[in-house]
Amino acid sequence: MATRQIQFREALREAMAEEMRRDDRVFLMGEEVAYYNGAYKVSQGMLEEFGDKRIIDAPISENGFAGLAVGAAMYGLRPIIEFMSWSFSLVAADQLLNNVPKMLYMSGGQWGCPVVFRGNNGAGGQLGSTHSWCVEALYANVPGLKIAIPSNAHDAKGLLKSAIRDDDPVFFLESERMLSDKGEVPEGEYTVPFGRAELRTEGTDCTVVSFGRPVNFCVEAARELEKEGVTVDVLDMRTVRPLDIGAVVRSIKKTGRVVVVDQCWPFASVASEVITQVCERAFDSLDHQPLRVNTDDVPTPYAKTLEAEYLPHKGKIVQAVKAALHRL
Amino acid sequence: MPIRTVYQATIEHTQILDERGVLDPALSKPGTPGILTDEQVLHLYERMLEARAVDERAFVLQRSNRMYTYPQNKGQEAAALGSGFAMRRGTDWIVPCYRENAAMVMHGMPWHHIYLHWMGDERGNVVPPGVRVMPIAVPIGTQMLHATGIAWAAKLRREDAVVITYFGDGATSEGDFHEALNFAATFGVPAIFFCQNNQWAISVPRETQTASETIAQKGLGYGAACQQVDGNDLFAVHKAVYDARERARAGGGVTIIEAMTYRLGDHTTADDARRYRDQAEVEAWQARDPILRTRVYLESKGLWDAQRQRAGEERAKAFATEVVRAAEGIAPPKPEEMFDHLYAEMPPELRLQRDTKRTSSLGQDPSQAGLRSEPQRA
Repeated sequence: MATRQIQFREALREAMAEEMRRDDRVFLMGEEVAYYNGAYKVSQGMLEEFGDKRIIDAPISENGFAGLAVGAAMYGLRPIIEFMSWSFSLVAADQLLNNVPKMLYMSGGQWGCPVVFRGNNGAGGQLGSTHSWCVEALYANVPGLKIAIPSNAHDAKGLLKSAIRDDDPVFFLESERMLSDKGEVPEGEYTVPFGRAELRTEGTDCTVVSFGRPVNFCVEAARELEKEGVTVDVLDMRTVRPLDIGAVVRSIKKTGRVVVVDQCWPFASVASEVITQVCERAFDSLDHQPLRVNTDDVPTPYAKTLEAEYLPHKGKIVQAVKAALHRL
Repeated sequence: MPIRTVYQATIEHTQILDERGVLDPALSKPGTPGILTDEQVLHLYERMLEARAVDERAFVLQRSNRMYTYPQNKGQEAAALGSGFAMRRGTDWIVPCYRENAAMVMHGMPWHHIYLHWMGDERGNVVPPGVRVMPIAVPIGTQMLHATGIAWAAKLRREDAVVITYFGDGATSEGDFHEALNFAATFGVPAIFFCQNNQWAISVPRETQTASETIAQKGLGYGAACQQVDGNDLFAVHKAVYDARERARAGGGVTIIEAMTYRLGDHTTADDARRYRDQAEVEAWQARDPILRTRVYLESKGLWDAQRQRAGEERAKAFATEVVRAAEGIAPPKPEEMFDHLYAEMPPELRLQRDTKRTSSLGQDPSQAGLRSEPQRA
């Protein structure tokens, strides 16, 4: 299939627009999504194409539009809710965690909640600790949700299309830091399925597991390590619920070592979960204890220098892989 | 004119059937839209007796360990039935909290499902096909946003459906109430916010809940139509909801109705209201019991008498017995059903956990498949 280079944000927009053309039940609601074309211009031009019945500016009321989406989904619509930042989703926690994932369960399978909640997630833009939330660890704990977290434009489009078609609620985590990044995206129709990790680099010495933006740092680290004769499998999980633990285990059976890279805090993070499951399923294949690279266990610092040090980056990943190989 | 009034409003309180069971002649002229006919009142009165009997039986069941916690509806039957009767079954949506059982039943929720729910079984929330009654909502206030979303979807789809959502006076302190009302009014959705102001949120009296003189006036700040009614007056409740429904259908948007009523029972069976309520207050409201008032009205019209009352109460008691039988006749769910309905399609890892369960850790391990012991049957 022919491809072209487009931005991450354009990939998101194409996914939404294509699905809205395909299914008139789909609509987009959020703060600034219509007349302003989105705070980060993800929905640029969508109001013009779809009109104000389907591209809707909401009052500043996250709990409000999260709950409204639940009701609209019950009536058979397919809402896409944009959080300007997932940091702002915290005020909607009761709807997001206490209603959305349980609606189907508590109604004996009658009232599903096929809503996509999407927006920027994670630190890196010097936004200070209240606007830099990385929510996957917090939300992945809750059964009934699906969580997608793409690392590039291709997956952003394919995963978002899958998310919109999914009959369950999907939390779709983007990164403001990646919205302008360009990537190869096919011209034609495609989707990326949930629960299938993708191998970004292939090697034999160590398995490096990540998801979202840090996958790109893992690939950089892999290139650096290659210069020293170390090759690694970089596995891009793409969704953390469902989690393709089978792909992780298969890789570890080959490499015997694992480093998990996660842009959330370490305590009870997705990295913790991956490592627990690795120990449950592949303990005998490990030649070194599993390692993880998370952020430091402090609120996201505001200062540029501190924030850069706080986040996972190439240097930390290279160091962790070397530690796993006893090469430090 | 440097100072001018930019906004003024009044809140009306409507009573049509007074405490003595006398109809206001001006407000109840025959043929007035939304005024109940005698035949309708008789029908609703029988439903009131049923609702009261089922409610009282639930209390007895709970005290004998046959039901989990149960929130009594006693004293609020006119609010539930008057409002429910003004909505169109199968067309309009009922989005409840938990003290309007009779309205849910009127729209197709089986009584024994309500029992089943409070016996601790989520299958109680399942409604027959075509019934537009949402599950009982206990988190306080969350359902108002769902109602707003349903109403907004109805508007978007150009369907002639109106949504009524129920909540108590306490729920108006929740952010959800304010966000929902703001959305509903701003988007002009066909919704009715029906507040059963029963004066108490568990032990917190209405005055401690808000400094606002009425709950109804809270709608003014959002641009909603606002009304207060005597919530123990079947006629006033029905008329207010009927008018709000017609206003919504005509594109007039959202209405908030504050029904002034009283929780004659405890908050739930886990509560003892005698510890914080004045007995004189309770007795004053007992005299305004909506069932009593409706009965006096029917008797004054020659449509009811002591003999019919005895027969009606007997029928209602027998009805409650049937509800108990139906609810208790449903076998408890099997352990493996715990995994059902979490996702539209059961994910493989969940299936694995169900099929291999010894501990949740082993349940995650495909190599343990088939090791699950037989589930313990109750």
